[in-house]
Amino acid sequence: MSNLLPVLIVALVIALVAAVAVIGYRIALARRSQSTLLAPALLPNLAEEQVEDADGGLDSKSVIEDVLEEATKAEATRPDPLRLRDRLGRTRAAFAGALAGVSGRSSMDDDAWESLEEALISADVGVSTATRLVEAVRASAKTAKIKDGSEVEGLLRREIALLLSPADRTLQMAVSGPTVWMFVGVNGVGKTTTIAKLATREGAAGRHVVLAAADTFRAAAAEQLGIWAERSGATLVRGDEGADPGSVVFNAMASANSRGADLVLVDTAGRLHTKVNLMEELKKLRRIVDKTPDALTEVILVLDATTGQNGLTQAREFAAAVEVTGVALTKLDGTAKGGIVLAIQSELGIPVKIVGVGEGPEDLIPFDPEEFAAALFGE
Amino acid sequence: MFDSLSGRFDAIFTRMRGRGRLSDADIDEIAREIRLALLEADVNVRVVKDFISRIKERATGAEVAKSLTPAQQVIKIVHEELVATLGSTTVKLTMNPKPPTVVMLSGLQGSGKTTAAAKLARLLKSQGLQPLLVAADLQRPAAVEQLRVLGKRIDVPVFYAKEGSPQNAVDVALSAFDEAARLGRNVMIVDTAGRLQIDEALMDELVAVRDIVKPTNSLLVVDAMTGQEAVNIAVAFDQAIGLDGVILTKIDGDARGGAALSVKAVVGKPIIYVGTGETLEDFEPFHPDRMASRILGMGDVLSLIEKAEAAFSAEDAQAAEEKMRSGQFTLDDFLDQMQQVRKMGPIGNIMKMLPGVPKELKGAEVDESQLGRVEAIIRSMTAQERRDPSVINGSRRSRIAKGSGTSTQEVNALLKQFKTVQQMMKSMSQGKKPRLPIPGMPIR
Repeated sequence: MSNLLPVLIVALVIALVAAVAVIGYRIALARRSQSTLLAPALLPNLAEEQVEDADGGLDSKSVIEDVLEEATKAEATRPDPLRLRDRLGRTRAAFAGALAGVSGRSSMDDDAWESLEEALISADVGVSTATRLVEAVRASAKTAKIKDGSEVEGLLRREIALLLSPADRTLQMAVSGPTVWMFVGVNGVGKTTTIAKLATREGAAGRHVVLAAADTFRAAAAEQLGIWAERSGATLVRGDEGADPGSVVFNAMASANSRGADLVLVDTAGRLHTKVNLMEELKKLRRIVDKTPDALTEVILVLDATTGQNGLTQAREFAAAVEVTGVALTKLDGTAKGGIVLAIQSELGIPVKIVGVGEGPEDLIPFDPEEFAAALFGE
Repeated sequence: MFDSLSGRFDAIFTRMRGRGRLSDADIDEIAREIRLALLEADVNVRVVKDFISRIKERATGAEVAKSLTPAQQVIKIVHEELVATLGSTTVKLTMNPKPPTVVMLSGLQGSGKTTAAAKLARLLKSQGLQPLLVAADLQRPAAVEQLRVLGKRIDVPVFYAKEGSPQNAVDVALSAFDEAARLGRNVMIVDTAGRLQIDEALMDELVAVRDIVKPTNSLLVVDAMTGQEAVNIAVAFDQAIGLDGVILTKIDGDARGGAALSVKAVVGKPIIYVGTGETLEDFEPFHPDRMASRILGMGDVLSLIEKAEAAFSAEDAQAAEEKMRSGQFTLDDFLDQMQQVRKMGPIGNIMKMLPGVPKELKGAEVDESQLGRVEAIIRSMTAQERRDPSVINGSRRSRIAKGSGTSTQEVNALLKQFKTVQQMMKSMSQGKKPRLPIPGMPIR
């Protein structure tokens, strides 16, 4: 039956759309006299675009130099890197503020429990995880006959620590031959920047790094990675814009094998997890890497700390497609709390492996659950 | 993007429909469910609280008690409140009586400013304006390059800092006016660097750029997937540079987009545009009423009509209507219509806009490539067969299957479906409500 479903749907859609078109036509007739509607040309002329791209060879070299210079300047003024705890200072402040109302109480009434739950929800922990946490704390508070608000805080911290219970957070290397780490995620989460930071770190550790610019969709994505390759001394493998990302990955693997590189970092195009074709493309990229057995040791889902509950869906879908091994939590230096990682680890068992807190190459720190939990509670 | 939210509401209201009147306990339950649904959709905690208290107040009031269909009445109230929260009217860009009109885009890293800038330029150009893109993002490596490539694609000039000229956002903004005058452009779209709202140095730079370009429209670009943080971001940017509105990006995912509700409610700034897809055409004005309808699973017929208008010519629509009315809808027409519908975008997106489509179908993934098989089957038929499928016998069937690389079962299924479509069209054109008589169609 699965083959027939589209027919069924199309039949229904056509029938309704035809009706709508007729209605629309009538409405349009009626109102065309009074207004000029914006009628965007809905169908892009793809062929034309391709041609334009092909001869639109911008002078990327000089652009790279321009930007390089600018970025170096920006880096020079950057303050010393901070630790996770310091970075989470603002998070802590916001959270502590919410908890302060609780810890001042001599007894916990329903309102107090609710405000505790709301504080967790405000941190993007999610309703179900927040409810579960609060219920667990409530139960243990009852058994232990704890009524004091500040003691409740201690219980909650313990529950969060339990939730983030020990997981292997090291980025694994292959036993022999080049190691491959692949980076996936939705648009704009910071995949390229995360890769750049890792390339700098691993390069400084004496590893020969190959960067595979398999994001051939976003304009100038390869240029962005190229700038970072130049800065970190990594080798860049790229294709033209609109090229098959599979070929880029294939070439990167071949290049890494022939040069005896240690590490290949694969930058993929940002894609929404709802786009079936793009997720299929991602599976294909993984298959190409998998042709070199045991090379792929990490598939990292890059997640923006400002992401809300959709982060859980993203993790679920990307995990289903390419077996995600860990999460890189980026942009944790704002006031965003990144609480969604609690839900991701508790529901999907995918641990956070990297935390990104800035734009400089040094702004990459390993995720320490104890510190994360402690930071939330102002210790 | 609001699918899951409307899904939740669907479940609540389906249960409510069976009841004649609502007790206080019912209303409490509804309020609890709505609260949960909104929180799961990332609507800000404070906004949810307000929203629920308004709903509760109105749901316990006289308008519901007097109503014969209290469930319907509650739906109406929720709908009205959603519209009110999202902003009651569609807001347009303010045009500067003395050109150029300046649109300044700001936001966090990765929210989609550069893409939104190009999409907005394309939209304004299609409306007859002459936009100039200004690349004032000098932080992210290759951001300027990205804008230049996009500008080339939509044939809109891009102003950027040439080699040797000062490489900072303020200088770029300053010289952009000369360029706009030189090229005779009447709208300037300024793409700024992504920044966190707490990064003082970059926020100061943004203020400096604002002071120079004096934007007619200062727009914050917000990712639809943003969680509770959306409100903090909007408040901070509003305090720093003053906002006139919001562009909500990436709503083509399945994020429920609570950010949209929160930002308008807390900061009072309307959402003006939404980014709806990967290509540069996927950018539309934001319609709060339509969005609210979508949240409630009431379909988005107005957007659909607009899309249909763009895809179908007036003659096409008229011809289709006549064919439908006379019941002479052939497989050729079917093929034709299918291609027209595909022009309107992915079938899945169109489905979401249709009212009354069962939830099961809305969630169904439509593999567009499968439509190619349908097309192949029809194309493997002779002209006579397409006009009158009843002549298709066993040997014709296997010929068609072979010709299209499908199976006779698939050919049979298509013919059967087509027959029901024909009947449906006939009854619709006679003003009857279609009964969706397609076998196997899940109907609630």
